[in-house]
Amino acid sequence: MSANKIRLPTFDTVLNTFAMWFLAFMWALPLLYAIWTAFHPAAYETNFVWNAPLTLDNFKSAWAAAPFARYFFNTVLLVTMILVCQFVLCTLAAFAFARFEFPGRGILFTLVLLQLLVMPDILIVENYKTIRALDLVDTIVAIGLPYIASGFGIFLLRQTFMSVPKELDEAARVEGTSFLGILWKVYIPLAKPTYLAYGLVSVSHHWNNFLWPLIITNSVETRPVTVGLSVFSAIDAGLEWSVINAATLMTSGPLLIAFLLFQRQFVQSFMRAGIR
Amino acid sequence: MMHKREWIYGWLFLSPALVFLFTFTHYPAVTTVISSFFSTPKGRRPAKFIGLENYQALIQDDVFWKVLLNNFWFALGTIPISIGLALLMALWVNSHLKGKTLSRVAFFAPTVLPLIAVANIWLFFYTPGFGLIDQFRSGLFGLPAINLLGNPDTVLAAMIVVAIWKEAGFFMIFYLAALQSVPPVLKEAADVEGASSFYYLRKVLLPLLMPTTLFVSINAVINSFRLVDHIFVMTEGGPDNASSLLLYYIYETAFKYWQSGYAATLTVVLLILLSILAIGQFFLFDRKIHYK
Repeated sequence: MSANKIRLPTFDTVLNTFAMWFLAFMWALPLLYAIWTAFHPAAYETNFVWNAPLTLDNFKSAWAAAPFARYFFNTVLLVTMILVCQFVLCTLAAFAFARFEFPGRGILFTLVLLQLLVMPDILIVENYKTIRALDLVDTIVAIGLPYIASGFGIFLLRQTFMSVPKELDEAARVEGTSFLGILWKVYIPLAKPTYLAYGLVSVSHHWNNFLWPLIITNSVETRPVTVGLSVFSAIDAGLEWSVINAATLMTSGPLLIAFLLFQRQFVQSFMRAGIR
Repeated sequence: MMHKREWIYGWLFLSPALVFLFTFTHYPAVTTVISSFFSTPKGRRPAKFIGLENYQALIQDDVFWKVLLNNFWFALGTIPISIGLALLMALWVNSHLKGKTLSRVAFFAPTVLPLIAVANIWLFFYTPGFGLIDQFRSGLFGLPAINLLGNPDTVLAAMIVVAIWKEAGFFMIFYLAALQSVPPVLKEAADVEGASSFYYLRKVLLPLLMPTTLFVSINAVINSFRLVDHIFVMTEGGPDNASSLLLYYIYETAFKYWQSGYAATLTVVLLILLSILAIGQFFLFDRKIHYK
């Protein structure tokens, strides 16, 4: 371990470094390219010169061509609604599974886990019938309903709650705290990292969701940005690629910026949510 | 007495989640099977029991078999490559190479982008004559324009590339988590023994990462049935259903042709496929215990 000796990088290291850079560049290319076209006039779509003039016109045209403001409002409302409901429902259910003995616990937990496999994404035909029977077609609530009881969320929170020391729980019970009080004062504060992790995963998942919102919405007032974007780019009105790419970046923008700012937290959250 | 109280509270806390879970997961899963034995209700004519007619139609439906085969190739094309790349990415990002933080951002970024937006960007890449791929081909090699998305022979491969690009960074995360839990003592011991890094990878790391690989594979398989958003923007299943996948065909049948009875039959096939995978997962998890 001679720390003061100058260590030349080995051939192996150099090779690996370049291979990694190459792959990273390939992976970033589509995004970099979209950014390039979105910020330059259409004439520079495939003309890569360093002094190409920068412009925000593409974003202005995209913003003017479709009601994106409304789409954003819908998505933010949708994502918030889903997150709040998921937190409440999954917390209560996870608490029940983690700390109560009751008949049917095992089989019910299996039924919860079943949702990891049979996701509402796949049951579009029958869920559409249900939503129609409830007379909720073309509402923002309908987009969120199938997802608010998340098997994944219940599972994740149950695992966290099970790792809470029983002594803390018992101490609070001895003091006469109610079950909800124990949940609020002992379990939830200790599970904060799990909530952050699950929250990030949930928000990015539902911000990006497309198929179900496409089926269940049919008006500007309810469409989230993903569906709005597909409607926008499907109009065959000779839209410039630069405008479409500007719209594309716009719809993913908030998530992308949040990711770039907090990329460490994002990666760690996804890691935490993935570890069983 | 105490126990009775626990029961009541357990059920009470559980019930709100269960109501929604049953309404939108278990109930529709059951009614899908029931609907598959009924005709599609039309106007004033309600659905009537037709036995196995939908299943007979299914067996004779060329498009169904084509879509199923497409899904098989799509899975086979995406899963091994994206898992291999994910492992490679994780090993790099977890090492001490220069620029690993930036690389991690690049690898992971596609995961946070909506697939529908990603499809727009790739659609432009693939545009014949004008897109980046053709610009590159004609600029460097003087090759003629190709229409990758318009040709039934290449369209599925073009879609597989998009899926790999989207997913590899996501799977990288699971490997990264697993790698960080490998005790550094193992690497030190291997170094002391003079083992090459390739030997260490093959004989030490890969066996240790096996449970992660199994977990990621199951996720990848489920995703290969679930991810269809890009089809809407890039090809709409065409040309001649060459890029259509099972879930996309279910969507078309139910919401374009309004054949909800037949769409339910197709969904049953998808559910059966996923159940077979679930049983597979169960056995794989059984094996996982031996590693620990």
